[in-house]
Amino acid sequence: MTRRPAPPASRRLSRALVYLAAIVIALYIAGPIYLVAVLAFSPRDVVYGYPKPIVPTQISLETMAFFINSYGILDSVKNSVIVAVLTLGLSLAIGAPAGYALARYVFRGSDIYRILILSTRAFPVVILSIPLITAYITWGLDDTALGVALLHTAMALPTTILVTSSIFVGVSKDLEEAAMTMGCTRLGAFRRVALPLALPGLAASAIFTFVLSWNEVFAAAILTIQNQTLPARLIVQLNQSPIPFRFAGGLFILAPAIVFMLFARRYLFSLWGVKLR
Amino acid sequence: MKPTRRAMLEPYILLLPSILYLAIFFAWPMAQAFGLAFRDDAGRWTLQFFQRMVGDASFWPALSATALLVAVIIPLQFILALAMALLVMARLRGSGALVYIYALPIAVSDLAAGIVWFSVFTERGYLNTILQGLGLLERPFIFLQYGSTWALIAVILAEVWRATSIVFVILLAGLQGIPNEYFEAAEVFGAGWFQRLRRVTLPMLRPSIQVALILRTILAFQVFAVVVALTGDGVKVLASEAYQWYNQWRNLNVAAAYAALILLISLLSTGLYLRALRSRSEAAGA
Repeated sequence: MTRRPAPPASRRLSRALVYLAAIVIALYIAGPIYLVAVLAFSPRDVVYGYPKPIVPTQISLETMAFFINSYGILDSVKNSVIVAVLTLGLSLAIGAPAGYALARYVFRGSDIYRILILSTRAFPVVILSIPLITAYITWGLDDTALGVALLHTAMALPTTILVTSSIFVGVSKDLEEAAMTMGCTRLGAFRRVALPLALPGLAASAIFTFVLSWNEVFAAAILTIQNQTLPARLIVQLNQSPIPFRFAGGLFILAPAIVFMLFARRYLFSLWGVKLR
Repeated sequence: MKPTRRAMLEPYILLLPSILYLAIFFAWPMAQAFGLAFRDDAGRWTLQFFQRMVGDASFWPALSATALLVAVIIPLQFILALAMALLVMARLRGSGALVYIYALPIAVSDLAAGIVWFSVFTERGYLNTILQGLGLLERPFIFLQYGSTWALIAVILAEVWRATSIVFVILLAGLQGIPNEYFEAAEVFGAGWFQRLRRVTLPMLRPSIQVALILRTILAFQVFAVVVALTGDGVKVLASEAYQWYNQWRNLNVAAAYAALILLISLLSTGLYLRALRSRSEAAGA
């Protein structure tokens, strides 16, 4: 469509080159994930060995089991899940009402609010963890899952607000108004009409928040000592740990990311692309 | 329905929690970072922590490595992301799968990306396996040697690998928003592929490019886990120094000085981008 009609032979050649480029880039992206998965499911002597297998020679759970049974790993996985679920809940509870207000009401100050939320993107949020340490000690939040979740929520909240706002814009206002003329209160109309329709989008936004928290390293490593999340524990231990531990750990963090992409693919563009402008 | 006083207040009530939250967990610590970096224990303004940061042997290597990484990674990402977006728009067979694969690293953490590329670049890793298998190397080469250029190249490849996807998605969304008539019109007037890219696609993509540039640059100045996972202590960056000053030496003030520096650089670069991109579009409009 955007291509110029050309004589068949040269056109076929350029078409082949386009395919080649597409495949080379796809290999660059998918290849390394495949390789680390091969290592994570190979026995230990293969992981230590050289040359490394490009096609798995023998599949084994030894390396993964070694990682999962390492001291403190299961606890840190549990912490990661707790932090991520708290983050998800907090950002939806605080962000969704704001997103709904932006989508449904015309009010003074909505533009300023929107610009303020957008401008938070210009700040490196991760560094907030350093000033928060002292405050957390006074508040008794140091080294707790809740403390990490509170900061992760600050990181996720602006995106949650903008995304939920775009989700509610996509849910027809007329349906809600119809419900209200039939006797629903505003809250009732929201709960019975807008919320069910917005649910898939909200779920996608929640998955995204979960992954953001699950992946975050710097703040989690700064704010915790004992109750580390999985990435925080890995970054502290990584350079002293045996090779199989690293690769199994890498795959263990990666796996939810892949699952996330499977679930949220349809919402990818509304979450990231179009609405960012 | 007539708007009651309550209905007028409703949006503000809905916004209030988020405003309070961001004030406590965003604005306040942001200001606090400067307090920690520029005030001593007695509350007097001081430059001693900043001087200590600058005087540290790791400061200039960390600053220059971070600047170098940003300067190399961001342009590479934009070229690659644009190529990826254009490839998807070229309506290849299986372009659905292509979008999926290209967007995959969006959800991959920087730590996982570092580990993934460690399997490639480590001495007994895949790159050496392949190069030796092809007969290009006699024995494994140590890519991730302390402070080597190869270690930096490894970090660049890993960061480009991880963070190009988000740029790709933003640019693809932008591309899909450009009406087809523009390309058709350009074609009617005899514009070639490259001319259409330069005269139609890129100007129309400017808003998307601006968003992606700001987003990526701010994140790039915070680069941390990829570097640590790939090189250990071999390459120093600003965020890893901040982490070290707190985690190793328990010096909150110097760590906060690094944080304040990252913040200042981020804001400065955002300002520069906004100015540069705006003035150029105004010049084009004039």
